[in-house]
Amino acid sequence: MQTLRLMLLTKEPPLADSKLSEATPAEATETVTEHTVEHGTTTGISNNKLLMWAFLGSECLLFGALISTYLLYKERFNDFAANLAPFEQDGRNIGPRFGGEDGEGVFDIPFTSISSFILLGSSLTMVLALSAIRRSEYRSFRIWTLTTAALGSVFIAGQIYEFTEFVEKGLGYSTNIFGSAFFTLTGFHGVHVSIGIVMLLATYIMHKQGRLNSDKAETVEIVGLYWHFVDVVWILIFTIVYLFPQ
Amino acid sequence: MAITEDRPLALEAGAVTKVAARPLGALTRPQSDVGWASWFTTVDHKKIGIMYGVGSLFFFLFGGVEALMIRIQLAAPDGQFLSESLYNQVFTMHGVTMVFLVIMPMAAAFANYLLPLQVGARDVAFPRLNAFSFWCWLAGAIFLNTSWFLGGAPAGGWFAYAPNTSVTFAPGSGMDFYAIGLQIVGIASLVSAINLIVTVLNMRAPGMSLLKMPVLTWMLLVTQFLLLFAVPVITIALFLLTFDRSFGANFFNVEQGGSPLLWQHLFWIFGHPEVYILILPAFGIISEVIPTFSRKPIFGYPFMVGSGIAIGFMGWGVWAHHMFVSGVGEISVAAFSLSTMFIAVPTGVKILNWLATMWGGRLRFNTPMLFACGVIAMFTIGGLSGVTHAVAPSDTQQTDTYYIVAHFHYVIFGGSLLGMFSGFYFWWPKVFGYKLSEKWGKINFWLMLIGFNMTFGPMHVLGLQGMARRHQSYAKEDGFGFWNGIVSAGAFVIAFGTLAFLINIWLSARSAKRNPVEVGPDPWDARSLEWSTASPTPVHNFDVEPTVEFQDDWWHRKWGENEEGKIVRKAYPADIAQDGSATDVHLPSPSYWPLVLSLSLPVIGYSVIYTFWLMIPAGALFLAGFLGWALEPADDPEAAHGHADHGHDDDHDADASADAADEGASVG
Amino acid sequence: MTDTAVDAAVDAHDDHHPSDLFYLKIAAILALFTAFEVGTYFVEDSVPRWFLFLSLTVLMIIKFVMVAAYFMHLKYDTPWFRYLFIGGLVLAIGVYTIFFLAFDLFGLG
Ligand code: HEM
Ligand SMILES: [Cu+2]
Repeated sequence: MQTLRLMLLTKEPPLADSKLSEATPAEATETVTEHTVEHGTTTGISNNKLLMWAFLGSECLLFGALISTYLLYKERFNDFAANLAPFEQDGRNIGPRFGGEDGEGVFDIPFTSISSFILLGSSLTMVLALSAIRRSEYRSFRIWTLTTAALGSVFIAGQIYEFTEFVEKGLGYSTNIFGSAFFTLTGFHGVHVSIGIVMLLATYIMHKQGRLNSDKAETVEIVGLYWHFVDVVWILIFTIVYLFPQ
Repeated sequence: MAITEDRPLALEAGAVTKVAARPLGALTRPQSDVGWASWFTTVDHKKIGIMYGVGSLFFFLFGGVEALMIRIQLAAPDGQFLSESLYNQVFTMHGVTMVFLVIMPMAAAFANYLLPLQVGARDVAFPRLNAFSFWCWLAGAIFLNTSWFLGGAPAGGWFAYAPNTSVTFAPGSGMDFYAIGLQIVGIASLVSAINLIVTVLNMRAPGMSLLKMPVLTWMLLVTQFLLLFAVPVITIALFLLTFDRSFGANFFNVEQGGSPLLWQHLFWIFGHPEVYILILPAFGIISEVIPTFSRKPIFGYPFMVGSGIAIGFMGWGVWAHHMFVSGVGEISVAAFSLSTMFIAVPTGVKILNWLATMWGGRLRFNTPMLFACGVIAMFTIGGLSGVTHAVAPSDTQQTDTYYIVAHFHYVIFGGSLLGMFSGFYFWWPKVFGYKLSEKWGKINFWLMLIGFNMTFGPMHVLGLQGMARRHQSYAKEDGFGFWNGIVSAGAFVIAFGTLAFLINIWLSARSAKRNPVEVGPDPWDARSLEWSTASPTPVHNFDVEPTVEFQDDWWHRKWGENEEGKIVRKAYPADIAQDGSATDVHLPSPSYWPLVLSLSLPVIGYSVIYTFWLMIPAGALFLAGFLGWALEPADDPEAAHGHADHGHDDDHDADASADAADEGASVG
Repeated sequence: MTDTAVDAAVDAHDDHHPSDLFYLKIAAILALFTAFEVGTYFVEDSVPRWFLFLSLTVLMIIKFVMVAAYFMHLKYDTPWFRYLFIGGLVLAIGVYTIFFLAFDLFGLG
């Protein structure tokens, strides 16, 4: 409700007044481009950034659903595995079956910790890329962008490795409800990281083509927002899925 | 993909731009905005709005035929018209169609057409994304309906409760079509929600502060926020279902300890906001119609807006009232029962405000107003029956009976659909430049209203007698025969009402062609900005970007107070409205790629259902659409309006990032 | 666009570009917290469970807020972004908390 009140009270820009309308368009743009302020939006915020933030707001509900499902099924798996004996009839289990491993049996915390550090580091290189392109230091922009993409790829590679290990240790996607929930949650995150890598490479290519320079640092900023978001989601997943005592 | 098109859309007031229309390079953009082909490439919010309208009416006929089939089956005891299996498919598809393929896109039609106009903008913030939303919706809708020919439509009811949806209990691919089809439709909704939110927040004309926006704009904005936050929840629910069915996950596999309640929760966390997504646009529409035809400003504007927002918030805290008998525990039941009762309060505020608006007004009962009055009356009945099943013990008796069916048809048909019809009649002259016939409009209204009450009124009785919903037949001894006969007759009366609407369109269009009558910019003496420009709306919306001083600004330009405080006319619309004559206003160029990109989605769907190999064409389409979109010149390169310092690809800015954002939306 | 609006917007989101050094410091703190988090894994058996949960949760929240506030610039940017993001976040937390309550996961209901 607080937010709502703030939204309603937010001051609107006053009606057109003299200075800018007198300036020639070229002058007018000069004053603004430096700060990458969108022309002519009511709030003065760029449409593209607003789009990204709205999207990220929506993603909260998406990952919220996945994390909740995971927590629910982890708990259910533990409870049921502890409390329900198989219900046998004619030597066949016709009751619930709770086979396979769960997190406790398969997780390799030191390994995943390294992955976490790597993803965290990629957030740093991402901001460095942004601040480099803002200062028109294109060489370091290129380096940091590629480093970010590379760190992301290492993270994904680690995830793939980890998944295969888990499967070998007895936790597959269909093994039990824990497996389904775990792989779906971390898989969704992995897909998000992969999309982020594609975005990073796209910015790199656009830059190479000369279509992306310091006056369009905002593009990099928006890619960065997405990237950091994926990172904060991992902050949640790492703690909730891996570190919370089983 | 983010072209903001800010230059053309944000013209200095009064400025008119010259464009040299000569695109360069291999990847030219389609230029024409006339002729049938232009509909496929258009990025004009008005054309997209019209296409949403046509699409939703088409599916309205589709869903209507399904409804008639249900009613033929149930008209008398021991019906033989539909087999059990077919009956399940028909009622499921009826519900899914009416909710996702009729009411939602119909609301999107109004949102697309009117939002930019009402805030005084030249288009939405992301015109190409807007086109993508439409094609994506259409692709999903068609995909879903192809299930009829591919082994049978989904048959699990519109809420598709687990574990009925598992491969064991639903072995055909109907459920897969449900899960993936709604997924695609969901992407359309999400993308369009983001687009419209940015449009309303960022593209308002000078002076149009949030609290000067028309109530319709507000209600549509709240709707978009509900979509923004509700769609991801159903997205996950549908993904879990698809993963269960296609990839062997165990989410709803009870044998492995999966919980059917998980589906119910996720579905209704989405589902209850969804019912407000269905009703709020109609609330907005009649909030424009009623003041206009009462010749009074809306009563209690801040309360109107506030209650809309309150509904938007509270709608998130009541979902488990759909699960009172699902075994959620008595504390949950009590809490949700209470919260549900509270949500009737802001709804009541709205009803009182409409009545107060009409009170003492000089009422004109043209067709739009008739429909709006119909909404108030019918929705009140539906709201009241809603409160009766907010009372959990009472709901335990009512749930899964025809009493519930009566409730939600009173709110959705009596509220949403009648509201949209009010909107059709109201904005028709703005969109097409001629009015629909009043005579046929009244026939349309009364047939629908009478048919509607014949159909759904008796369902209250049937429900209380204990007739369960979703049963393919009932026995003579049950004693349901009489009322069911009436109900079925009523359904046909509604069908004739719909026919009257179609006849009306046809006759009115014909007579408008034979002897055109100038409707003028503002045939109803209305209040918001869209009436200040020519009818039909010119492609560029406004010759001059409007500047807003008041809430109901357009009305204030026509009317003022004299010394005695009496309302007197200041000006006539024809004299002060913009005539749409500006030429050379630079507008975003059409594009092929939204269509191409959206075509890839159903192919991905078939691929998940049938064979992985289809991923190859799907991927090709996707890539083509994606790259084409990213690489096409955002605009005519020569059209740099004095921004020489910016270079020509000013608008390419965040292409890549926003591309990927779209992709994010579709993948996650 | 008026000059006031431009100024406002510039004030709102673009005057504050933290230096690279600042980002490095933030990253160092984040790394330190992550190290703490990982550290709990090795002392899991000697510390009470509630304390583990509590400290891990607190660290997680701090990290989340730091990345959002500094790396994502939410602290300096226009409040609209905060409304959108925090709106989604709070809604998600609220809704899914009720969801857990309904599922008896907190031992209630
Ligand atoms: C005054 C406000 C309202 C209240 C208190 C209310 C209450 C309820 C309750 C408690 C149920 C569950 C009944 C059951 O399944 O046993 C229900 C069902 C339903 N309501 Fe409402 N409702 C309200 C307004 C609306 C509106 C505005 C809409 C849509 C536009 C709507 C659409 C539905 C639908 C579609 C169902 C049935 C879902 C199904 O089981 O298939 N309701 N309502
Ligand atoms: Cu509900």
